[in-house]
Amino acid sequence: MFKKELAKTVDSQDYENIASAGMDLSEKTRSASFLQQDNQILFYRSLLKDVDILSTQEALDKFPDVKEYFGKSFGLLERDFARDTEGGYFIRVKKGQTVKLPIQACLFLKRERFKQKVHNIIIIEEAARLYLITGCSASKAANEGFHLGISEFFVKKGGYLNFTMIHSWQKDISVRPISIALLEEEASFISNYICLKPVREIVMYPTAVLLGQGSRAIFNSLILSHPNTLQDIGSRVIFRAKNTQAEITSRAVSLGGKVIARGHLKTESDDIKAHLECRGLVISKRGTIHAIPELETDFREVNLSHEAAIGKISKEEIEYLCSRGLSKDQAQSVIVRGFMDVNILALPDLLKKEIRDLEEKTLKVSL
Amino acid sequence: MLELRNLSVEVSGKVILKDINFGVKKGEVMILFGPNGSGKTTLIKTIMGFGSYNIKEGKIIFKGKNMNKLPVEKRVRLGLGIMYQHPPKIRGVKLHQLAQFLCKDKKRIEDLANRLSLKEHLGRDLNLDFSGGEMKRSELFQIILQDPDLLLLDEPESGVDIENISIMGGVLNDYLKEEGKSALIITHTGYILDYIKAEKGWVMMDGKFWCAGEPKKMFESIKEAGYEKCKECDVQERIS
Repeated sequence: MFKKELAKTVDSQDYENIASAGMDLSEKTRSASFLQQDNQILFYRSLLKDVDILSTQEALDKFPDVKEYFGKSFGLLERDFARDTEGGYFIRVKKGQTVKLPIQACLFLKRERFKQKVHNIIIIEEAARLYLITGCSASKAANEGFHLGISEFFVKKGGYLNFTMIHSWQKDISVRPISIALLEEEASFISNYICLKPVREIVMYPTAVLLGQGSRAIFNSLILSHPNTLQDIGSRVIFRAKNTQAEITSRAVSLGGKVIARGHLKTESDDIKAHLECRGLVISKRGTIHAIPELETDFREVNLSHEAAIGKISKEEIEYLCSRGLSKDQAQSVIVRGFMDVNILALPDLLKKEIRDLEEKTLKVSL
Repeated sequence: MLELRNLSVEVSGKVILKDINFGVKKGEVMILFGPNGSGKTTLIKTIMGFGSYNIKEGKIIFKGKNMNKLPVEKRVRLGLGIMYQHPPKIRGVKLHQLAQFLCKDKKRIEDLANRLSLKEHLGRDLNLDFSGGEMKRSELFQIILQDPDLLLLDEPESGVDIENISIMGGVLNDYLKEEGKSALIITHTGYILDYIKAEKGWVMMDGKFWCAGEPKKMFESIKEAGYEKCKECDVQERIS
């Protein structure tokens, strides 16, 4: 049996790291919560009756239909996936339900050299709406840790899922998130990804497959790259139905690490509109940003575009702010903060404020 | 207030300003005329201390202090302010952020934003998708909030429609008159002269100050005869 309160399930010394991944340990601003530490499920609770939240393994045992979803998205794309996962969360919002306050899920690495491997399943039933925030973080002791996170999202007809993932790892942790979202007719999937803290290596290429007419996907990401790190991060949208749309927007700032910013729009149908935007700022001489935008079609009735711009901060912008009385350092910091504008994320006001505060805290230390 | 002594300036290895001697006293408003490429913007940016403008000879003295080696922000702290002709676009940095940095009085920000029709622009990224006129209004807004003692205005009215020139001219004139500020204003169109009372006009050609006189008269004769005639003009006070 779980403890009654989320805050009591974790060591107080880990509070700050967990909060830095966007978790509200008081649960006051959340509809439901889930917490896994290493391979142990420490807590889950839904404050709403129309929301299921539990571990994936328990969901597989409890609900017969969940077996149909497990691995389904990988099958559709003929991709294999790791079977040796332990835990992960299952969330289902029932038909027509709007979950007003966000649901939060935290995957936390506690032990040294632990390899956390989870498989998450998220189902948004017809016309249901959800804001989900997933925070991934690690304790100070979790040296040389590893995290594999498989996520399968199913957004049914007219459903809306706004998924925010905050990575707040430690500098020697390697991370492999693998996620696929399947969207039915008129469904929307919005992914907001934020990674501001140091991490050894992240390789991820989340994919949305637009299966139903009128569906749309949006991927936004804010990435801060620290020295001696690699972030190979992309977003891919596959269009399999007419009248579908997507937007991919990424902002990366390198303080000395390497960022590979990928993006791929692949049409398998007519009547598609999509745009990919990638902007990068290299602050340190040792920093690297490699943008790889890809647009692919065999169809004529499509409108795909991309925009990529990478460079250092322009001297003119710095001088402009200095001419208003800011020092060079202040001007650089204002420009980086502006570049990493949380307004590019599609977030409700509550989460926007939380993420702005987290970003402010991290940038203050990093710049 | 400002004194330029034998100032010669080079940009990318090319001498642009040659042996300039010039001064602005407290409360004085000076107008600077000159053909494209004559060095007017270079003069203003050199006074501000921007990086690409190398002083080869001479001194810039402001409030009795040699500013040659001072970084831009220190010149600003001493009381210099610039209104750009072409300000850069800065993504994600909002106009209200700069406004709040420049002025702590929220009411003053709001009143001035209303007067310059910039209320809706406060929450927008600096100069991004601003029209030419909106950029100029935003520049004027910022420099007045900054409240410098010497305003360097680089073509404040270019690209602004007649209605907005009148609004901007009114705001600028009230400010200069009431606060007793000094200004050096570059103008091409001369429209600003209908709103500002300026002490003296100067013509700059080939990196040199050529002649000086009553600004409105000077502008009329420039309009009639062009800048080449300025070289022969005997009505104006000739500057060597």
